Amino acid sequence: MLLIGWFINVTLAEILALLDGVLVSEGADLDTEVEFACGADLMSDVLAFTHAGTLLLTGLTNPQVVRTAEMTGIKAIVFVRGKKPASETIALAQDKKIPLLTTRFTLYESCGRLYTRGLQSCGLFDLGHKAQEQGPDHATRGQA
Amino acid sequence: MTLGQQETVEERHSNRLPTNLTKVQELVYELKVEQVMTRDVITCSPDATMAELKEVLRVNQISGVPIVEDGQMIGMISVENLLRALEEGDAQTRVRDKMTQRVQAVRADDTLAGAVALFARYRYGRFPVLDAEGQLVGIITQGDIVRGLLKQFETLWHSEEIRRYRASHIFEDIESEQTTLILRYHVEARDFVHGGEASSKVKRALDRLGAHPQTIRRISVATYEAETNIMIHTEGGEIIVEARPEEIKVTAVDDGPGIEDVAKALEPGFSTAPDWIRELGFGAGMGLVNIKASTDRMTLTSTMGVGTRLEMIFDLAQGGE
Repeated sequence: MLLIGWFINVTLAEILALLDGVLVSEGADLDTEVEFACGADLMSDVLAFTHAGTLLLTGLTNPQVVRTAEMTGIKAIVFVRGKKPASETIALAQDKKIPLLTTRFTLYESCGRLYTRGLQSCGLFDLGHKAQEQGPDHATRGQA
Repeated sequence: MTLGQQETVEERHSNRLPTNLTKVQELVYELKVEQVMTRDVITCSPDATMAELKEVLRVNQISGVPIVEDGQMIGMISVENLLRALEEGDAQTRVRDKMTQRVQAVRADDTLAGAVALFARYRYGRFPVLDAEGQLVGIITQGDIVRGLLKQFETLWHSEEIRRYRASHIFEDIESEQTTLILRYHVEARDFVHGGEASSKVKRALDRLGAHPQTIRRISVATYEAETNIMIHTEGGEIIVEARPEEIKVTAVDDGPGIEDVAKALEPGFSTAPDWIRELGFGAGMGLVNIKASTDRMTLTSTMGVGTRLEMIFDLAQGGE
């Protein structure tokens, strides 16, 4: 039985701990909170389905990932499978003040670790009706 | 605190407040002593007694004054000198005999950084400020420096506010039959390092114009997809933004090669992108679908060998934006 209740916001410090991760960006505020997470390697999907305040987990490390984050208001990016971002990517992220993190876990396991902690998925629901749209699993947990 | 120490402090805190500290440092080197000093200097005559000096300090609530004779500063005296004199029962002694004669002064056109260094080196509470001719023109304390920096911060913040206000009210301030603000950006072909800069600038411009965050997001996403298309598929092109009070129109144009079947290009999942584009996270045939979903109206026209023109229109809610 999972001991989680309603979805929660998670800080970058906690994400680093959950993913045994490393902070790539200098000067990032680890108290920054993310509200949603999105695991994707297709930037068009990220552009279509993410909200401001989202954490992006991806296996892509090119600068366009940061551009995508900038356009959509993504708060931070985690590179999975131990991938190291290119220096252009790091420089652009520094400029746009978007913290970059890395983890040795796969995209699947990284997402799983954050989801079981209570970080909810982005996309596919109306933000205005967040409480009612959390899926049957979580509705039951909320009532329990 | 010396300047050397200040650098270490900045290093230690740099992972928390990098921008702010840089700004403070900038200001410390930008601002001149004369911009923050107190100009109405309270002085004392060398012929006054220490008891009279005590009154000058008490009434003005200050802890030290320059001693001036015939318009020339000849020394400084502080509350410490006074206390020592009183302890020794020298209340009636002349200031001239108790003052510090070797006075360390700062120049009016010194930077604040210079003054800060002096405060660190000598443990004085204040320094007289002299002009190029050596005339006493003011006095500076560490409090003056802090106040000056805060005031400058406020001024900078205020002018930023005004800039934002002016930008967002541009359409109200300028009267015409129809006011349109036009922004143009060049997009380089296959430049994946700088690609997205046009969209980034559009986003910032819309923020400046005071558009609603949700609208900015819609426009940014669509513009970025359009810019990516120009990057991937063409020999380069342009993004043109036309801002009007009631709508924003973004046009993406290129000089070819053109789209063979426009209707097919609009189908979800249809893509002619090569593998290297797919490896970069694009080219899944969702760009135009995303654009369509983000815009209120969209038209795509293309002529093979001539070029493609994509017009995206975003309605602005009246009043709110």
